[in-house]
Amino acid sequence: MIKDDTIYDVMVIGAGFAGMAAALFASAQGLKVVQTGATGGIDFSTGFIDLMGVHPMEEGKRWNSPWAAIDAAVKDYPKHPYALLKRDEIAEAIDTFTDFLAQNGLDYVGHSERNSRALTPAGTVKRTYRVPKTAWKGTLALESKAPTLFVDFHGLKGFSGKQLVETRKRNWPGLKTVRIQFPSGSGELYPEHMAWALADPAVREKLVAEILPHCDDVEYVGFPAILGLNDPQQVVAQLEELSGKHIFEIPTMPPSIAGPRLRAVFDRGLPVLGVRTLSQKMVTGVEKLGDGSFQFAVGSGAAASTVNAKSAILASGRFFGKGLRADRNSVSEAVFNLPVVQPGNRDEWHLHEFFDHKGHPVNMAGIEVDEQLRPLNAGQPVHDNLYAAGAILAHQDWMRMKCGAGLAIATAFKAVKAMKG
Amino acid sequence: MKVIETRILILGGGATGTGLARDLALRGIPCLLAERRDINAGASGGNHGLLHSGARYVASDAESAIECREEGAILKKLAPQCIEDTGGLFVAVEGDDEKYIADFQSMCDASDVPAHEIDIREARELEPVLSDKLIAAYSVEDGAVDPFMLSLDNLAQSVALGGQYLRNAKLIDFSKDNGRIQRSTFLDQTTGEQFAVEAEIVVNATGAWAGIVAALAGAHINILYSSGSLLITQDRITKRVVNRLRKAADSDILVPGGTVSVLGTTSVTIDSPDLCRPSVAETNSIIEDARAMIPVLDTTRYIRAYAGVRPLVLLGDSGDARNVSRNFSLIDHARDDVDNFITITGGKLTTYRLMAERTADMVCAKLGVDAKCTTRTEPLPPSTMGRWTEPGLGPKSWIQNRDADDLILCECEMVSRNAINAIVENMGGMHGNSILKAIGMRSRVGKGPCQGGFCGLRITGHLYDEGYVSEAKGIEELQSFVGRRWRGFSPILWGLPMVQADLQEALYCGALDLELHDDDDDDFTCEDA
Repeated sequence: MIKDDTIYDVMVIGAGFAGMAAALFASAQGLKVVQTGATGGIDFSTGFIDLMGVHPMEEGKRWNSPWAAIDAAVKDYPKHPYALLKRDEIAEAIDTFTDFLAQNGLDYVGHSERNSRALTPAGTVKRTYRVPKTAWKGTLALESKAPTLFVDFHGLKGFSGKQLVETRKRNWPGLKTVRIQFPSGSGELYPEHMAWALADPAVREKLVAEILPHCDDVEYVGFPAILGLNDPQQVVAQLEELSGKHIFEIPTMPPSIAGPRLRAVFDRGLPVLGVRTLSQKMVTGVEKLGDGSFQFAVGSGAAASTVNAKSAILASGRFFGKGLRADRNSVSEAVFNLPVVQPGNRDEWHLHEFFDHKGHPVNMAGIEVDEQLRPLNAGQPVHDNLYAAGAILAHQDWMRMKCGAGLAIATAFKAVKAMKG
Repeated sequence: MKVIETRILILGGGATGTGLARDLALRGIPCLLAERRDINAGASGGNHGLLHSGARYVASDAESAIECREEGAILKKLAPQCIEDTGGLFVAVEGDDEKYIADFQSMCDASDVPAHEIDIREARELEPVLSDKLIAAYSVEDGAVDPFMLSLDNLAQSVALGGQYLRNAKLIDFSKDNGRIQRSTFLDQTTGEQFAVEAEIVVNATGAWAGIVAALAGAHINILYSSGSLLITQDRITKRVVNRLRKAADSDILVPGGTVSVLGTTSVTIDSPDLCRPSVAETNSIIEDARAMIPVLDTTRYIRAYAGVRPLVLLGDSGDARNVSRNFSLIDHARDDVDNFITITGGKLTTYRLMAERTADMVCAKLGVDAKCTTRTEPLPPSTMGRWTEPGLGPKSWIQNRDADDLILCECEMVSRNAINAIVENMGGMHGNSILKAIGMRSRVGKGPCQGGFCGLRITGHLYDEGYVSEAKGIEELQSFVGRRWRGFSPILWGLPMVQADLQEALYCGALDLELHDDDDDDFTCEDA
């Protein structure tokens, strides 16, 4: 058992969007931060930052203005976590977050008032608030219906240019696709390896040489998101220079490069801000000490340690992030055993149809908080120094409302603000 | 309207219908088999996959016990590719009925069903997961059968001998003339077009739907629909079939099959066979009951639930007594003044061959053809149609025929792109409303821990690449495939499957918006602007 004698101001539990944002915001406030937990949803992220896209879920109504969508959703769901934030706070949270990403080489682009349209690897179109700069020209191509070539690769499964053309061609003429050999490597290819290979400028040149013969009648060229791991913007810029075309990326299905890119930024950027990260370690226990601070047991086996913190932000996500767990009868919270607001029995958790527009009731289950984001038990904060942020919060369905990253970042911002008093 | 002429029209592509198609083909009478959905879409695919030794029926139904014993032995010999000869155990735990236990051996002896008492310690050595509260154990000759391979092999031989089959062919209507079915009208659910079949004899082998189909011909069968749910475990729990040694009840059989085990089953009366689906309540009750026999069933990981409907033909309506065992119902609808119409329903997977034989005998008698049944002695040839359902075949063929471009599309079950192409080519264009679903039935695709979450997307991309789907069709198929997998996935969502479901929804809805209508709206104005 390793004992860390430092007493941190805040322990951030979780390393998805909410955990990363909480660590960032807390350290920016001068707090001494320790962060732990699995990366959760980030590894499965598209890289898009959704703010709010759909309401009411039952109608599947999409919104161009995320702000109007938030207002409408909060009106119908007064307990939605967005109800705890003012628009200015949400905007400040997102801007601070994306500024940090940009400072670390990962620019995000979007309109201030409206959602952009982005292509998914299924060929569907989703509305989202901020997209990586390397995907931005895809939103321009899609919105202007400009002639576009989709490139895909022998050996890269789950990404089909033909699928993109077929699903979009009805109202987007001038689409075409080509399948090419990746200039480096054959057989089965993975986005992360392809991205590494493109660190070599010679590979970029060969890639352009492969696609140029197919580019005559198009303005834009869309690739699966494989264009570099640490320097994607530079890769895209060089491909544009060599090809004379607008180049953009389309996310691939997980495991995609979007997650590793985000993770790399935080791995580089957070330690610079003084955040101590215990990456990929799970909290296995917690004890409240006499002075009101928390002592956490972290990790297992030889790497087990204890960590002391004056307060904590619970950003451990839902089932996939292991913040919530389900047994045959109920849903529980994994670290503090907090009360979880939830439907009565397991047969009420899910609807008969997976794609039912109403959304599965269990997705609205989670931790109920006060206006300071403190988890509640019977209307009272469980601890006055414990806060919750992100997908673990009750009364939201981020998957159906399209508010995942935005809600995570905004509630992390608010939790830090409340903690600072 | 297109009209197809055939001597025999078989309705229903389950074990009985495909078995009958083969039996008649071997007698030189090729037929047309028409299936509303897909092969084994009903109870033939929704059962334990248990090859009964007969021991389960020794107390309640000696005749069924004898039939199972005889038919089980025939199948083990003639269709070994479909059978895993696991052997079986009957075990009782503290609190089980001691009189039943005491009588078991003599009841087995009376039906000539082999059963041997074994020492409790030995039983727990054979199957270490058995409860430490065991009070009795018997060894029997149960086995496991792959019902999909069985039906597909039967169908393949029928086709090889000149038979035809149509899937996704929904019967709409019979036209009768002079006490005979003159014409059967169908909707082709792949193309949306109607066609007709004119046959000398129509056999209704539609299982739980037999009453509904008979009613279209003006005949009446009184059927009770009993839905049974089963659970599939992530791992194979036992080497052998394990039965609870008690009067037959819910949740008392665990059948291994390849790399998994199947636990069940319940018995819930439903109003229509189309309402059959596994429920959360049944899932809970199966586990809570079965854990007395095998405690690890309380905590093991389940990957899916499914259900089938037993058609229980009500007493007093079991048809022609000379041809009928209490096990199944063979009805000559001459009794309803429809001379060329026969229904065969009920029964068990283990006795499907016998049901087909008796039905074919009745068909031949009606045709005035003298041709003897040969399925009692002729081996069932393995077919390429059936082979992809075999667990482990995906990885084997991928490794054997390794070519660098043959990517694994289903990573849980190692089904490659070439395997998918072979399966699609085998379907002969009858895709129905989803090629993806049809691929799922003919392979292990969607049956691993991801339950189609990842492979569904990858295979959809491949179907676009190959030109099997175009425009929005592939997306619609994917939605329909995921929706169908959900029926079996949603009842078992706790523990790791809940984590998997969370990921699946994050992917399909959170990232891909597949729950929404396609967004082709070109209005970019903000609603509040």
